[in-house]
Amino acid sequence: MTQTLASPTRPVTDERVAKRNPLQKLLGRPEVGALVGAAVLFVFFSVAAPVFLQPASLATVLYGSSTIGIMAVGVSLLMIGGEFDLSTGVAVISSALTASLFSWYFSTNVWVGVALALIVSLAVGFINGWLLIKTKLPSFIITLATFLMLTGLNLGLTRIIGGGVSSPSISTMDGFDSARAIFASSVKIGSVDVNITVFIWIALVALASWILLRTKIGNWIFAAGGDANAARAVGVPVTKTKIGLFMAVGFCAWILGMHNLFAFDAVQSGEGIGNEFLYIIAAVIGGCLLTGGYGSAVGGAIGAFIFGMANKGIVYAQWNPDWFKFFLGLMLLLATIVNLVVKRRAEQK
Amino acid sequence: MNAHQIDQRTLLQNETDPLTHTPVHLLSLEKVGKNYGNILALSDVTMAVDNGRVTCVLGDNGAGKSTLIKIIAGLHQHDAGTLKIMGEERKFSSPRDALDVGIATVYQDLAVVPLMPIWRNFFLGSELTTGFGPFKSLDVQKMKDITKHELAEMGIDLRDVEQPIGQLSGGERQCVAIARAVYFGAKVLILDEPTAALGVKQSGVVLRYILQARDRGLGVVFITHNPHHAFPVGDRFLLLKRGKSIGYYEKKDITLEELTAQMAGGAELAELAHELEQLGGHSDVVAEVESEISKTEGN
Repeated sequence: MTQTLASPTRPVTDERVAKRNPLQKLLGRPEVGALVGAAVLFVFFSVAAPVFLQPASLATVLYGSSTIGIMAVGVSLLMIGGEFDLSTGVAVISSALTASLFSWYFSTNVWVGVALALIVSLAVGFINGWLLIKTKLPSFIITLATFLMLTGLNLGLTRIIGGGVSSPSISTMDGFDSARAIFASSVKIGSVDVNITVFIWIALVALASWILLRTKIGNWIFAAGGDANAARAVGVPVTKTKIGLFMAVGFCAWILGMHNLFAFDAVQSGEGIGNEFLYIIAAVIGGCLLTGGYGSAVGGAIGAFIFGMANKGIVYAQWNPDWFKFFLGLMLLLATIVNLVVKRRAEQK
Repeated sequence: MNAHQIDQRTLLQNETDPLTHTPVHLLSLEKVGKNYGNILALSDVTMAVDNGRVTCVLGDNGAGKSTLIKIIAGLHQHDAGTLKIMGEERKFSSPRDALDVGIATVYQDLAVVPLMPIWRNFFLGSELTTGFGPFKSLDVQKMKDITKHELAEMGIDLRDVEQPIGQLSGGERQCVAIARAVYFGAKVLILDEPTAALGVKQSGVVLRYILQARDRGLGVVFITHNPHHAFPVGDRFLLLKRGKSIGYYEKKDITLEELTAQMAGGAELAELAHELEQLGGHSDVVAEVESEISKTEGN
């Protein structure tokens, strides 16, 4: 194909809609609704609770956001890829329990447990994806099943191996300190301690954004979620993409699981239930389309930040935390409506 | 109408292509047949496709058009006759095989992802990358430029390649799919009813792009049930009916009226008019069908 110019009779630009104006272009971004929501919420809590603006409070808000946000990265990618995962909440705990119980029972260095937990988390993701592809059942059913099974396994195995409802403390074991430094330390910035999960979260969001927008795999994720049949017809490996996405969610669950384990040195086996919805909410607030094919990693991060602000802001404003869930539901509703309106307006020609 | 005689005559003429003066066709079918179990889906079909020529395959529903393209596109294998690529006999075992020799098929449903930008759709599955190892990233600017250039080359004036392809009209989307096939090295382009779901104006746009593809030296197989779309762009016409070839013509040997008449079948039209009348059909419609009959008989 020689790089000759287009024939002079046909201008490359079109006079009908010469340019989309930049504002409209910006409003077309998936995360805009969430960004507006986050800004409103930020101003709101800054006014309602002056403590909110102090660096230490902001660090706490960011930490709270990161514990949702790390998972929201994987969940957002998966949602863009057209699937969702109900097993994520308990999968985090499964990962933590695997590391803890294995290294405790066999008295190994905790890093052995950490490595095994990674394998187990990736395997859970792989099984979710593989079952989805093989059975062609909706991901709702498949991951609901794994959610229930993991919940049972968490409780059952913890009781058999550890003899209780929480895993035994591993704080005195070899490797605990180095693992804590990696997964659960804090970094001093100025006068405040910022938890390391905040940095892991930001790094993951950056990585996921790069993958989504600037790599082949990102293209395939959008295509697999947007129209799997069309994607397959032009040679996109849809099966591998989807399984890979479930494994990416597994990877995120491993990171958060390790943080939970090394921040508290023991894990409650019944925890995590219900958290899967928080991750999904973060992704949806962030503008990821539940039906797939549209969204961004940054959006999921903003969704998580909204969650973090609402969660801690209510405390700082000294309201009764009972109201938090109501507030979250309202946020979800408003954010999705704003998203919808913004998107429709932006796409009008 | 002595279809069979004309059939024989045109075939002899096709042995040496008037444009290239070579006896070798880009793609040729000889007496190709296919049955699904005991159902004869296609039998005794002969046609040829050449560089810079448009071969139209016409037929009503169930005439065997889909079976024919599935054989050429490698989705099905023929049971009888021969399929030759550049004079060499071939039998495709998969769509990949057909793609490898340069046969690209643009299906009706187009295989595009509506929410994705045009340039991402254009390169979907064959993305260009820069860098190496784990740091390979998409060569976004190059892909956008190529998309813009290729579409301009096809005469598609595009607003913005960043726009979701779902916002394009049906005809434009069809054209992006054609441009994509052309760019990725197609030699033979099979278009499966590209104008079926389009309005008059949009159909005209697509027909223009078919000619663009032809002028770029591709052999085009244009499948349609509309002789009014086929006649202006086609160089050869293969008429199918109930799985059989009922005629194969060079353009100079047939007129639009003859083509329409062959497609519809005069007797069937008469029957239809009668039926409509019995059902108390709108008199205008009946009159229209009747005038069609008289035109047919006039020829």
